Amino acid sequence: MSATLLIEQLINGLQLGTMLFLMASGLTLVFGVMGLINLAHGSFYMVGAYVTALATASTGSFLIGLAAGTLAAAVAGGVVELLVIRRLYRRPHLDQVLATFALILIFSEGTRWLFGSSPLWLSPPEWLSGSVALPGGSRYPVYRLMIIAVGVLIAAGLYLLISHTRLGMRIRAGESDREMIGALGIDIQRLYTLVFALGAALAGLAGSLVGALQSVQVGMGEPVLILAFVVIVIGGIGSIKGALLGAVLVGVVDTLGRIFLPALFGHFMSPSEAAGVGTALAAMLIYILMAVILAFKPQGLFAAHD
Amino acid sequence: MNKLTRAGLGLLMTTAIATAQAEEVRIGMITTLSGGGSHLGVDVRDGFMLAIDQAQRDDIEVLIKDDARRPDLAKTLSNEFLQRDEVDIMTGIIWSNLAMAVVPSVVRQGTFYLSPNAGPSALAGRLCHENYFNVAYQNDNLHGAMGAYMREQGFERPFLMAPNYPAGTDALAGFKHLYEGEVADELYTQLGQTDYAAEIAQIRASDADSLFFFLPGGMGISFMKQWENSGVDMPVFGAAFSFDEIIIKAVGSAAIGAINTSEWAYDLDNEANQAFVEGFRAAYERTPTLYAAQGYDTARLILSALDKAHPDDQDAFREALRQADFASVRGKFRFGPNQHPIQDIFVREVVEGEDGEPTNRLVGLAIEDIQDVYAEQCQM
Repeated sequence: MSATLLIEQLINGLQLGTMLFLMASGLTLVFGVMGLINLAHGSFYMVGAYVTALATASTGSFLIGLAAGTLAAAVAGGVVELLVIRRLYRRPHLDQVLATFALILIFSEGTRWLFGSSPLWLSPPEWLSGSVALPGGSRYPVYRLMIIAVGVLIAAGLYLLISHTRLGMRIRAGESDREMIGALGIDIQRLYTLVFALGAALAGLAGSLVGALQSVQVGMGEPVLILAFVVIVIGGIGSIKGALLGAVLVGVVDTLGRIFLPALFGHFMSPSEAAGVGTALAAMLIYILMAVILAFKPQGLFAAHD
Repeated sequence: MNKLTRAGLGLLMTTAIATAQAEEVRIGMITTLSGGGSHLGVDVRDGFMLAIDQAQRDDIEVLIKDDARRPDLAKTLSNEFLQRDEVDIMTGIIWSNLAMAVVPSVVRQGTFYLSPNAGPSALAGRLCHENYFNVAYQNDNLHGAMGAYMREQGFERPFLMAPNYPAGTDALAGFKHLYEGEVADELYTQLGQTDYAAEIAQIRASDADSLFFFLPGGMGISFMKQWENSGVDMPVFGAAFSFDEIIIKAVGSAAIGAINTSEWAYDLDNEANQAFVEGFRAAYERTPTLYAAQGYDTARLILSALDKAHPDDQDAFREALRQADFASVRGKFRFGPNQHPIQDIFVREVVEGEDGEPTNRLVGLAIEDIQDVYAEQCQM
């Protein structure tokens, strides 16, 4: 194993991590502020990818597609909050899980009804395709570097939004005591709609970005959603900082584990056995990581409500 | 065949039809019409129904149900077909794990099962049954043929990659069975994985001279798109499962140049195939995939057997199926002793079509008359 390969895999892990952060930040924001478990978060990811694919195909511009996808996810989030989520805040978490699971089915079947079950075609634009040289002679896709850059920008933007703006102040206040900020005359219903739409927009952006890398198809959000839940549990539920650290941790551990565990077992097993054991263990690795972290810090790395 | 015998046969067949028509035939189809990979089931259904519609017989009833790729649901549906609807023949299943849940009990209860896609090794060997026919292939066929082809083309260190589940490990085993050489490395990915950055880095770091992969459905789309922008320069090979017309359109230009094996191609030059492709395009406004071809062949095989006997006369109907007396869209087609096909496997290349979108073009023959290795284990 060479240093070049290790560097490339670390960047891969970082890229997966920034993508997970986009998903997990919205999820953790909605849980932290409103106390709502939203399983339908992956559906906004899918909405973003589909709208981006359609808008890119009809306008020919990937940037317009990206903007349209993010906006469409935000709108979908706002509408879902007004129609469904609003009725769930005071209900137990099990009701929220059931209702938002129903939303997943409605979104998936609706998408299939509209666009059929064949995947859509979305590719990165010309100016983002290809690869650049890495130190050590290897190459890395430009598009993935762009995803990392977008993730870093969003993380910085969220930090500024939450700690330096009036809206951010209200969001933080809503996290601590929702009755009190309502009593202070802030329209808490509108605040909730806004936060929910913001979370949906982040998921939509993640879906749009990843859609050009993977396949745009029905149900694409669910595997990512599971990883995003692991991220917020590790990072501490409700904490944006925790989501960022958790996402990078999960991204790097998952990527390195997938490659190096089978290789490790290969030293003292036959290649096919090592592949079997190594791959199986790699699939479990992030859950083992989660269990270990929770054993020492039951609230996650950055508990929002200590 | 001279004109006189042909006329005589025709006369015989009409009398046979007349007797068969006395009783209706019910065919139960369970296939995947929703969830991941549903375009496979849709194509099997459409190909199958095209042949049924073309036959214009009013004594055949086809009942179609969606298994949503769930083994438990498929099992429930098959019980309904057997007990309530009393179907004579069943078909349709796409996935090997679903086939294993359904087929053994169906054939044991005296109903015929004709597989239009799934071909798990157990059903070709140890668990073979006189009422089970596979009209598509044994799962290893296409991978093995690619192994033989790559060997013949002079590749010496292929990198192998497949998802970590039974069909994935079978695929690589099948490949190695006919490749008989050294491989650079083998890599198993998670089933349903969508990000392959780590795997691509691994392939780049190896000293392989080529890549063979089996990643069906959306997994293959994701992989090929990421492969294109990775800057790795290596010829890519696979089985048709990752390169059907629907998948390569979603992959886009990244698929161009990939070589794949298939027992059928839409530009295969024979009369039955031309009629099929034209008919399919006219009926559904798209180019058929190999799944559609398999569905079509399955229906045509059933029709050819129904011309000779009704499924109620089990022995006669089984014998009629074994003869495979129909013009397959693949050209040559016959059953081996385990009632799996002995057939030619072709090589196709993904090229840019006239409309600018990628499409498959027939390049040549990978292997002639391939038979699966499990036939020896079959005691019938």
